[in-house]
Amino acid sequence: MGEELDKAYYKSERKADWRNVLRKEIKSKDRTEVVRVEMPEANPNIRNKSNIEVNKGLTLEMAKKEASRCLDCVVPTCVVGCPVGTNIPKFVKYVENNNILGAARVLKENNSLPAICGRVCPQEIQCEAQCVYVKKLKKEGSAIGYLERFVADYERESGNSSIPELDAPNGIKMAVVGSGPAGLTVAGELAKFGYDVTVFEALHDLGGVLKYGIPEFRLPKDIVDSEINNIKQMGVKFVTNFIVGKTATINDLKEEGFKAFFVASGAGLPNFMNIPGENYSGVQSANEFLTRVNLMNAGDKAFDTPVHTGKNVVIVGGGNTAMDSVRTAKRMGAERAIIMYRRSMDEMPARAEEIKHAIEEGIEFINLASPIEYFADENGMINKMRVQKMELGEPDASGRRRPAPVEGSEYDMDVDSVIIAVGVSPNPIIQQSMPELETTKWNTIKVDDNMMTSIPGLFAGGDIVRGGATVILAMGDGRKAGQGMHKYIQETVLAEV
Amino acid sequence: MFKILDKEFLSENVARLIIEAPYIAKSRKAGHFIILRIDKNGERIPLTIADADVEKGTISVIAQRVGVSSHKLCEMNVGDTLLDVVGPLGKATHIANKGTVLCAGGGVGVAPLFPIVQAMKEAGNRVITVIAARNKDLIILEDEMRKYSDELIIMTDDGSKGSKGLVTQGMEEVILREKINEAVIIGPAIMMKFAALTTKKYDIPSVASLNTIMVDGTGMCGACRVSVGGKTEFVCVNGPEFDAHKVNYDEMLSRLNAYKSQEAEGYTEYLKTVEPTLN
Repeated sequence: MGEELDKAYYKSERKADWRNVLRKEIKSKDRTEVVRVEMPEANPNIRNKSNIEVNKGLTLEMAKKEASRCLDCVVPTCVVGCPVGTNIPKFVKYVENNNILGAARVLKENNSLPAICGRVCPQEIQCEAQCVYVKKLKKEGSAIGYLERFVADYERESGNSSIPELDAPNGIKMAVVGSGPAGLTVAGELAKFGYDVTVFEALHDLGGVLKYGIPEFRLPKDIVDSEINNIKQMGVKFVTNFIVGKTATINDLKEEGFKAFFVASGAGLPNFMNIPGENYSGVQSANEFLTRVNLMNAGDKAFDTPVHTGKNVVIVGGGNTAMDSVRTAKRMGAERAIIMYRRSMDEMPARAEEIKHAIEEGIEFINLASPIEYFADENGMINKMRVQKMELGEPDASGRRRPAPVEGSEYDMDVDSVIIAVGVSPNPIIQQSMPELETTKWNTIKVDDNMMTSIPGLFAGGDIVRGGATVILAMGDGRKAGQGMHKYIQETVLAEV
Repeated sequence: MFKILDKEFLSENVARLIIEAPYIAKSRKAGHFIILRIDKNGERIPLTIADADVEKGTISVIAQRVGVSSHKLCEMNVGDTLLDVVGPLGKATHIANKGTVLCAGGGVGVAPLFPIVQAMKEAGNRVITVIAARNKDLIILEDEMRKYSDELIIMTDDGSKGSKGLVTQGMEEVILREKINEAVIIGPAIMMKFAALTTKKYDIPSVASLNTIMVDGTGMCGACRVSVGGKTEFVCVNGPEFDAHKVNYDEMLSRLNAYKSQEAEGYTEYLKTVEPTLN
């Protein structure tokens, strides 16, 4: 998780007059009586036929009431649960005090993408899991994620978006490879230190997985663009259609005057299961399906890119990408959109909220089952899959019970389309272009405590280092790397002057 | 950026475009490809870089009109600008002095073959090139190929140019005549399948360059995957060239047809909206 808690700092912050006054307005006991707010949602039977956002966001009244539940603890353990170390009590208490723009400024001190984090962070296992309500009072945690989203949306809609204070420009050129969550975060951090930052993006659109991966109904593209715009306002430059390692190498960019680099090229490479028939048409990776729909707008008649779906669509896997895929397939008109997962509902790695939304939208779940072979028609188009039932054995290295095939349990089912969402591997392009770069046996890039790789001045973070994690962990890396790169420049480039 | 500086039809439905792309011109090698997008509603279209001029900062690509996107591309004019061009993508061809190299190209596959012929010649090889098409109007890059080949053989199905027959007949004639150290095969999947069978019969090490369906072209989607020696490979990051004797061409052919009906439907609709320029 995040940085160690600076208790003295948070204690002094808590002693601010306005916080003292606010705390005394409502007794703690009364605060604990308030029921946690429920997120208003679009009707499941309407939203599963459109791209409208599922979560509608809190009203100001709902947000203030929820903020009043927060007990403004002496030791705010929630902060420890945040990978970017957001000053959670301060922003929440600003909400209670009806100073929403002030709350937004607090969020932006540590986080360039609050409207995104408020939507896609797994708060239930991070900040909210560390809330005193969960840890001591056996109640539902403060709804920190909903409040973060509310504050970020309120600020954006107010037209008064603030940008953090920036140091004077120092003219030192820094390059960021990839415009996903890690790259955007590091760009924001470096801009704050006064660097001349350029972000290079391989695709034609900015945002990385936030654009090609996460669907519109969970994270509207306008929100992503608006957060990117804020980073542009901080002076960061963006270059699309530029693949570092191909269009130009790191060494070419060094010659153009870039002094340090951050590689956040992501876990692009989709995994397959290597079972017979997997290369038939109509079997595709979740990355392919989601990229066609999200990035290329396939399915919209005005756009030229096609996509393969069907009446019976099976998604193999149980993570957030599987949920995004199955809910997208439903929206593309599937009559049966099915999750097939080899463990049971309890072990499913997707966020609880995504699973709940999927169930409401009519998604079917076939658990304890795994495909073992696919069959196709005379044109090589998939029409059937062979499924093996599974049972759970002893826990494996991940602590989850290991699935084992049930002998003789195979059965066939008719399908029009299969989408594989069983994880991703690191994108190989940077590594291919720099054989001297040290990597792990999983082809992720090795980094030290400052996120620096085996090559001085070259830093890395996000999924290219982690091999497939979350938006917020990538952002945590970006934050840490921003500080590491600043330190590196001070110790090398500036020390030489 | 990405302005079209020149355009020429090499045959009725095949156009060569010279595009301003200085970074790509500088870093590209034989075998590399690009992905381009015409406009914001367009597909990402992969095309091999046929040639480049580092000083002018340009690349050339050759496109065949087969569907909505390629039709739109062939209709673009000098002075127009492409919305996106990214590259160079894929792994470069392994170029070395191998002795005698037989380069075989079918149809529009002659375009990606050209930079390889050029590089093989410059590396000191004896280069024998066989290019084939249905008829004389569909033969492209004849002069360019002749310039860099020690010998150029032209084959047409109807005998309207060169010799009458398939590319494999032209290849076999050369193989029976002299020692070939390596073969490079590029063309439609079915042509590559039979050309590879021909070189396999004579134990000639061969590479084929594959043109599969792609979306991002950077390893992200896996749409381009093919079986090579029983192992699944991504053409975009591990190709486009593979051991021609190990590629599963039947699987590749069926995957290439995955969107055929959707695309044909889209093209018919599209053609209704534009002034008819063909037939």
